[in-house]
Amino acid sequence: MRGIQKNLDRFEAVGIRPVAISVDTLEETRDLCEKAGYTFTFLSDQKNEAIRSYDLVHQGAGEGGKDIARPAEFLIDPSGIVRWVNLTENYWVRARPEQILEAAEKLE
Amino acid sequence: MFRKFNWQIWFSFLLAFAGAITYSFVFVDYPVTRDFPWTALGFFALALGFLFAGFGRAFSVGTRLRSKIAASIVGLLALAVMGLFLFAVLIAARWLPESKGAPQVGQTAPDFTLPDVSNKQVSLSELRTTPIKGKSPKGVLLIFYRGYW
Repeated sequence: MRGIQKNLDRFEAVGIRPVAISVDTLEETRDLCEKAGYTFTFLSDQKNEAIRSYDLVHQGAGEGGKDIARPAEFLIDPSGIVRWVNLTENYWVRARPEQILEAAEKLE
Repeated sequence: MFRKFNWQIWFSFLLAFAGAITYSFVFVDYPVTRDFPWTALGFFALALGFLFAGFGRAFSVGTRLRSKIAASIVGLLALAVMGLFLFAVLIAARWLPESKGAPQVGQTAPDFTLPDVSNKQVSLSELRTTPIKGKSPKGVLLIFYRGYW
C-alpha cells in the first residue's frame, strides 16, 4: 500500500481509484492512514461482509483466531466487471504498482 | 581481555538479525529483492560462517566452560532467528485459502456498502462511477489487506 500511495498521482491520472479494505475497525484504519500518510479510500469491513462475498476469508488467521482477509487485488471497470485479479500465493509478495498500472492502462 | 572475547559468535547473531530485519523493512519494498529473500540468505550465509568460526573457537582446547556455554546460547539464538525468519517468509506466508469463489476476470464484482474512515457509508457502485478529479473514472482497484490483527 505504500507503493499505491507513492504512485497515487499516476493511478488517478489513468482514472483508477484505489480502495483498501480490511477487517480493522474505523479507528484502527484511521490510525493507520494518519501514521502512514495514506490519502486514498480505506473501508472497514469488520464483519467480513465484502471479504466473504469475494471469497477471501482467511479463517482464524487474525489475532485471537479472528477471521481476516487474505491479500488480494481486483481491478473493476465502471460497469462492475472484473478486469484484472491478483491472488497472491505468498502474503509478502503483493502486486506491484507497475503491474497494476499496466493492467489499468489496457482498460478503455 | 578483548582477545578472549568471542566476537565471531556475536557477529554471527548480529548478521542473522540484520538479514531478517533488512528484508522485512527495506528489501521487501523492491521487486527484485522481495519475491525471494536473497538478501536475507546472503546475510545468513555470512552468519553461518562466523557461527562456525565462533563455535570452533569456543570449543577449542583451553576455553573456559563459561565461554562454551555463552557461545552455545548466542549461536543457538542466531540459528533460531534464521530458522524463524525462513519459516515465516517461505512457509507460513503461503498458508492462504485458495479463494476459488473469488470473482474472476469477466465476472461481475459483488457490490458492497462499507464505512470509510469518516464513517460515511460507501458502496462499490458509487466508487466505480464517481468522477476522479472531474474526469469519469476508468475503474476501481480493490486492495484487500490483512489489517493489524
